[in-house]
Amino acid sequence: MPDYQDILVTGPDSGVMTITLNRPQARNALCNNLLRELADTLDATIGNDKVRAVVITGGEKVFAAGADIKEMAELDAVGVMNDIRPTYWRRIAQYPKPVIAAVNGFALGGGCELMMHCDIVIAGDNARFGQPEINLGIIPGAGGTQRLLRTVGKSMAMQLVLSGEFINAEQAREFGLVSEVTIPEMSYPRALTLAKTIASKPPIAVRLAKESLLKAYETTLETGLNLERKAFTLLAATEDRNEGIAAFMEKRQPHFQGK
Amino acid sequence: MTYEHIEFEITEGVAVLTLNRPDSLNSFNTQMHAEVRDALKQVKTSDAVRCLLITGNGRGFCAGQDLSDRAVDPDAEMPDLGESIEKNYNPMIRTISSLEMPVICAVNGVAAGAGANIALACDIVLASKNASFIQAFCKIGLIPDSGGTWTLPRAVGFPRAMALSLLGDKLSAEQAEQWGMIWKTYPAEELKEVALAMAKQLATQPTKGLALIKRALQASANNSLNEQLDLERDLQTLAGRTDDYREGVSAFMAKRPAQFTGK
Repeated sequence: MPDYQDILVTGPDSGVMTITLNRPQARNALCNNLLRELADTLDATIGNDKVRAVVITGGEKVFAAGADIKEMAELDAVGVMNDIRPTYWRRIAQYPKPVIAAVNGFALGGGCELMMHCDIVIAGDNARFGQPEINLGIIPGAGGTQRLLRTVGKSMAMQLVLSGEFINAEQAREFGLVSEVTIPEMSYPRALTLAKTIASKPPIAVRLAKESLLKAYETTLETGLNLERKAFTLLAATEDRNEGIAAFMEKRQPHFQGK
Repeated sequence: MTYEHIEFEITEGVAVLTLNRPDSLNSFNTQMHAEVRDALKQVKTSDAVRCLLITGNGRGFCAGQDLSDRAVDPDAEMPDLGESIEKNYNPMIRTISSLEMPVICAVNGVAAGAGANIALACDIVLASKNASFIQAFCKIGLIPDSGGTWTLPRAVGFPRAMALSLLGDKLSAEQAEQWGMIWKTYPAEELKEVALAMAKQLATQPTKGLALIKRALQASANNSLNEQLDLERDLQTLAGRTDDYREGVSAFMAKRPAQFTGK
């Protein structure tokens, strides 16, 4: 792994790579360099069979308190139009393997949006979520108005985006923004355990399952069902599927190879 | 910060915070709030502190808010008591209940209004035989604050909490002990000595483990059994990683007294 400045990369351990956002002095604000390092790290593991799931965390105190406001302030309209950041976000969004976020403390603005790019979120009970962009005269610019509404519904999405108010971990769980709430010290270990479980599953099935689930955001039910069926059919051509079914019938542990 | 309305010292791992406005039954004014806030911050951040003892000087423990500090001018705008609670009382209660160490309260006399509820926010409440607890709020048109509406029903049960809060009757320390609202009562002249000895003893114990016990018990108020079982699993994972757990087990096996560091 190359040396990174704003993130720490560890693993893969049992198929799981961990990325720790590491700008504590800026409460892990997502500067351009951090986003680039994140996108590069993910891209670099797409073809690496040893990485089967990823955990993104910011540590026990803060996930990411937003974007880097100073960088943003320097851009005029043309600068924003030509900004490289949407490219980084797209690369993160298109990462084909499962990504789990372990969130403690603030996940605000870009931090909340990064979290929503992840497939599963485990939150410490000290976590706070929000899109406070409105307070700066701007709006969420990395999916905050889109992914949030699709996840929590219109009224709560409007409340968060228009008022800039925060919600806590328990509320976030009720609204489906996170799947589990733990004590802060356990959010990362729990995310890691979950990621290892997923990493032990047949990788092609995991990948197609993720792809099918994400399609539900973008298509009609009919198109989604067709895509799901295609993916389902494709899996019938894999060795892992035969192994999985055979092991179930023979009451033994399956041995998956990603083929 | 030099203190005028409280006394504060740290010895042998114990921080002793003594409310010290005896002429006003140790009631809170703005200055005292600032001093308590400062002292609690030291307790929270100092590695040397492994137990906090809160008590009062004079014949009272604490009479809550100093009303002369809040004289109501009939012509003035209605006051915003919520602001004072948000700024002073709630942060104090949150800090006390989340301190990662045992907090003992030695109630040396009358504990009224917020004073009663500050005591109830502590982990172990001791009281002198002549102490008393009064939810005085109802007498001036207010509601029990500083966590009283939360701690009281959990400490004495709903019917007693309701009557104490609506009637504002004085509850003797001995009755409070019989009801299980507090831990124990002692003769007035023994209270502070007993409390300090207990605090010093607790300061030698596995502080991190005690803090996790506290956290688990507090969480049980809002959790289902299933959620609590998960939490116990997680907190025990943390407890099992402490130096004190290792020391406790090896001392037990070697049949020697354990030397806990609180880590």
